[in-house]
Amino acid sequence: MTAASQAVEKMTSLQAINLALHDALAADQNVILFGEDVGDKEGGGVVEVTKGLSSKFGDERVRSTPIAEQAIIGAAIGAALAGMRPIAEIMLMNFTTVAMDMITNHAAKLRFMSGGQTSVPLTIRMMTGAGFANGGQHSDFLEAWFAHTPGLKVAIPSNPADAYGLLRGCIEDPDPCIFVEPLGIYWVPGDPPLRGKSIPLGKARVARAGTDVTVISYGKQVNDVLAVADKLSGDIKVEVIDLRTISPYDEEALLASVKKTGRAVVVHEAVKKFGIGAEIAASITEKLFRQLKSPVLRVGGKYCPVPFSQPLEAAFMPTAAEIEGAIRATLA
Amino acid sequence: MPNTQGAKANRPPREVLVELYRKMTLLKQNDERFRAVIKSGRIIGNYYSPRGQEVIPSAISCLLKREDYVCTIYRGIHDSLAKGVPMKLLWAELSGRATGSCKGKGGPMHITHPESGVMVTTGVVGSSMPIANGLALASKLRGDGRIAVAYFGDGASNIGAFHEALNLASVWQLPVVFVCQNNRYAEHTKYEWGTAIDQVAKRAAAYSIPGVHVDGNDPLAMYAAAKEAIERARAGNGPTLIEAMTFRFHGHLLGDVDAYMGQGEKEGWMAKDPVPAFRRWLLAEGYASEAQLKAMEETIASEIEEALNFAMSSPYPEIDELRRDVYAQELPQ
Repeated sequence: MTAASQAVEKMTSLQAINLALHDALAADQNVILFGEDVGDKEGGGVVEVTKGLSSKFGDERVRSTPIAEQAIIGAAIGAALAGMRPIAEIMLMNFTTVAMDMITNHAAKLRFMSGGQTSVPLTIRMMTGAGFANGGQHSDFLEAWFAHTPGLKVAIPSNPADAYGLLRGCIEDPDPCIFVEPLGIYWVPGDPPLRGKSIPLGKARVARAGTDVTVISYGKQVNDVLAVADKLSGDIKVEVIDLRTISPYDEEALLASVKKTGRAVVVHEAVKKFGIGAEIAASITEKLFRQLKSPVLRVGGKYCPVPFSQPLEAAFMPTAAEIEGAIRATLA
Repeated sequence: MPNTQGAKANRPPREVLVELYRKMTLLKQNDERFRAVIKSGRIIGNYYSPRGQEVIPSAISCLLKREDYVCTIYRGIHDSLAKGVPMKLLWAELSGRATGSCKGKGGPMHITHPESGVMVTTGVVGSSMPIANGLALASKLRGDGRIAVAYFGDGASNIGAFHEALNLASVWQLPVVFVCQNNRYAEHTKYEWGTAIDQVAKRAAAYSIPGVHVDGNDPLAMYAAAKEAIERARAGNGPTLIEAMTFRFHGHLLGDVDAYMGQGEKEGWMAKDPVPAFRRWLLAEGYASEAQLKAMEETIASEIEEALNFAMSSPYPEIDELRRDVYAQELPQ
């Protein structure tokens, strides 16, 4: 296979995440990985995202754990305090709830409460997302909780290349990072990453340039928004911004875009009320009120637990029709 | 009086016994001075006095190396001091000054000083244990010989973190010592009312690790139990749970009127105050002279005054500190 053909070979986000973990483990002895079932004896993860890693790097550095999220995050915090670069996997984002003390009272605050004497360079990975018939306790996007906690950083990729780069960025970051892996991108092929390159946290990406309305999104919904933008391209020029990092978010990039378009829509899968969209809408409104041509609109999950029944679950999630409707409403 | 069980030849050497007493006296005097200063209004804050529990961290710290790790809890100033946190940094932190070990940003419940091995002081019951496991895991992976000690109270043995941490430490054979300072009360709740087993140490059996029930007010017994556990951890033979029986003399929170205690219960324990008891024993057994101990006590008292004066004459942190140490990179204004 030639280098050129390799460069264009598609890869899924699941494969890109596996590759990022592989490359991080290979690059730095201080990187260790643990979580439920991550070892190859346990199948390399329930969807095989860590497959092959314990075989290559050994059971000491890639460890399966008991189902004990407090113990997992606590051990990761302690190892990070001692100068290692742990990557802790919490199988599903909902299961962070049983480790919230460790994440929000400890990982997030130890640097500040110690006056900068200690730090927690820790990456916590987790998958989640509605649309997979997993019901109310296996599907939530809870990024607003973490973003609302000073001391944590939160990244959510929308494609394989970003999944690789952002995960490497989180692992290299000196602060605790929440890395969310949307199920809705796991098995979708895309352009492969630049191996060895991390994407700096806090920088957004213009996924599609446009002049009429700015749509800000992250995770799987970026792809949904791009599809709508494509459909509307004949009469509306939509600029799509992929936030990539939720906290800290790239306010500069958002404001630059909205200054140009005068219109903004925020789209995410998490429930709309009290969500990231509210923060972004408020921020844009505070800073650009007089330049806005219409109110900043939000599209998000419905305000209910994620339902099981297929038609309910589909209606829970932000739909293409809702995204299109919001875009059109800003132009009305 | 300490229980002088065992042959005299098995006792720690004279210099260790004297150092153990020095630490106990330091913790006792520090606590007495701090309570007086709080009551005078010169320092504002909540205080969870460890008075009465001095023997436990003093004995353990005599056995730890400076680079060994400690994670402790809000009633943990004795643990930090015994491990070697400098008194000036401690007092400046207790009073919220910029010169404190944590620049005044942590306070009494979050004393941290990695140079002394004090990595975490948590205000959350039980949370010292899962983190100590991670420090121990790093030691194990690096083979650097360091061990970790997690201090906690009897109340913490009923929270999930205790059980998750002991299980993982056992499964991974981590070099960690779990030290339960059983002072008989979880905040205001009697041990028996909230704990479904008569000894915390028995819970070790559920995790296939040694569980040791020891008189935590007896310096020799405490030292012996700690020595065995620390040697086990250092040799790579895994964790130990020590339940050290003790009593707190000043309730849960300073100002506590102890209405929930039995009549005369606290008074009974205070009459058996382990610090003067050990002093009498050291003199009776000829390990130290009155003049030597008196000089030691006076030195400690003057060091405390010096630390207090240092703290009181130190500035408060700048307001810009709100933007610092949230992340590695300072936040913009």
